[in-house]
Amino acid sequence: MKWICVVALGSTEEDALAAVEKSLWQAFGFEIRRLTPLGEPAYAYDPQRLQYSSAAVLRFLLDRVPADAARVLAVTEKDLFIPMLSFVFGHAQLNGTVACISLARLRQEFYGLPPNRPLMLARAAKEAVHEIGHTFGLAHCSDPVCSMSLSNEVRHVDRKGAELCMSCSILFAESLKHIERCAGEKR
Amino acid sequence: MKAHWHILVVDDEEVMRESLAVWLREDGYLVDTTAFGRDAIEKARQREYAIYFIDLKMPGGIDGIETMMAIRKIQPDASIIIVTAYATVDTAITAMKEGAQEYLVKPCNPQEISLLVGRLIKVKNLQRENSILRKKLTRQYSFQDIISKNAKMAEIFQLIREVASLRSTVLIQGESGTGKELIARAIHYSGDRAGRPFIGISSGALAETLLESELFGYEKGAFTGAASQKKGTFELADGGTLFLDEIGDISPKLQTDLLRILQEKKFYRVGGTEELEVDVRVIAASNIDLEEAVHNGKFREDLFYRLNVINIRIPPLRERREDIPLLAHHFIERIGHELSKDVGGISEGALKILMNHNWPGNVRELENAVERALVTCKTRVLAEEDFSFLNHTQEHRGWNAPTDMTLDELENQVIAATLHRTHGNIKETAGILGIDRSTLYDRIKKYNLPRT
Repeated sequence: MKWICVVALGSTEEDALAAVEKSLWQAFGFEIRRLTPLGEPAYAYDPQRLQYSSAAVLRFLLDRVPADAARVLAVTEKDLFIPMLSFVFGHAQLNGTVACISLARLRQEFYGLPPNRPLMLARAAKEAVHEIGHTFGLAHCSDPVCSMSLSNEVRHVDRKGAELCMSCSILFAESLKHIERCAGEKR
Repeated sequence: MKAHWHILVVDDEEVMRESLAVWLREDGYLVDTTAFGRDAIEKARQREYAIYFIDLKMPGGIDGIETMMAIRKIQPDASIIIVTAYATVDTAITAMKEGAQEYLVKPCNPQEISLLVGRLIKVKNLQRENSILRKKLTRQYSFQDIISKNAKMAEIFQLIREVASLRSTVLIQGESGTGKELIARAIHYSGDRAGRPFIGISSGALAETLLESELFGYEKGAFTGAASQKKGTFELADGGTLFLDEIGDISPKLQTDLLRILQEKKFYRVGGTEELEVDVRVIAASNIDLEEAVHNGKFREDLFYRLNVINIRIPPLRERREDIPLLAHHFIERIGHELSKDVGGISEGALKILMNHNWPGNVRELENAVERALVTCKTRVLAEEDFSFLNHTQEHRGWNAPTDMTLDELENQVIAATLHRTHGNIKETAGILGIDRSTLYDRIKKYNLPRT
């Protein structure tokens, strides 16, 4: 069985990585491996927007996927964006291998509120499951408590859980079968 | 639900285009992208997108506003969102004036764009629901394959239900193209003979001896070429229904034979000695006034009364104009599907042309007109210009009719000229002239016309 790899981009706190790993293991049942941290994503920095391009991070990750890794999720403290939108909590390759999440806007401090560590960890866990879900081909779910529901604001993240709803679980199982079939054909 | 909806993103900047596309795909939409306005217009011709995101400034070729205007010509109710990095009040006003639903400044807030897409898709869902309900309404106005909301037609539908399971003969009268065979089929398939054969034969298309052997069959050796025994339509329709179209055209001898079989339910095959008995319900149809034919001595009176047990008179299309929109939509949907043409509807102006046309060839002429318009139309909605050939025929009303020839001569010339124009295409010629193909064959024979 292949595993899902988690990697820090630069300095990312250990408890955040641990929370992400636990939620991924619970949601997808894959063994989780931690990779050596990859350093700050300076290559993705946009001086005009003062943010980091999530697409650049994904491109960077794609060249560094270990041979036996099923998926790679990067965790960064930097604020991420895609050109069309003012920010993103995370970004994934739909039906691909790599994904990343940002902790920047998951912290209460970002909104001028007092820190709340358990809340930040819970949000990170949910966003990690959400982005890895996209790599398995899952689209946004209309069930607001499913981890695959769309979050445009942090309150949407708080509303949902870190698990897949019944229908997304079925779609995930089908996606796994499809991946195994394709791997079998290649062999 | 989302999986049905296609969105087109038009932006010359690849990162912008692709990032929006990826974000929308994650939301479950099917997204196409292009960097060029012209390509976007071409794509809009091929498929109806639920939403168009169009960048305002695109270098080279045509800009966002021009692209939007061209797309709106193809799809007047397209939902278009103009996107720009350089917002000014002027461009926003221009975009909205030209029909953009929204004006977005990039980078956009994800929540803003999400709500906007959600709102537009909600409207699209309502539009789709509306069109499904309209189709259900059409079904409510249809009986078997006949579509009408005309009061006289409703009476006919009611009569069909009442007489469907009787054995009585039915006489259907109506102008050419009003759907006499459809009514006959509706009677057959609504009654308890539905599981038995329905056989139709056009009496006008065949010579007397041929019609005789078609109706009654023949024995081996009955005439030169009768190499084996053949069953006629009366035998083949045993237990079911026999539909005799253009009954007014049959010869006096066959009228006598028919009268006998209707009275006694017994007949002989041509050249046969064995009397055969069948249980066949006869439905006859005529586009000429049979009562008048009786009056003129061209049709046997006793046969007329035998046939005219139940009488159905179908009104011509010009007397039930309220059915024209219903029928036009039905034909667009059906023929569009047959021709693999992705045409979704008809413009108000085009419908007005159809409503004002006189339809001498009735529903068949309307069907042919819609088919012709569908074949030549270049957009997703049938427009006035697609029916310009109808205006053309209307204009000919002003033509001065010759005052020195017989009606037969005139008919001869009109048919010959139309045949020449269509290079001998029978279906097209019949459609233009608004007559049956069998009637056309009959006239070609009558006037001895060349086919091209």
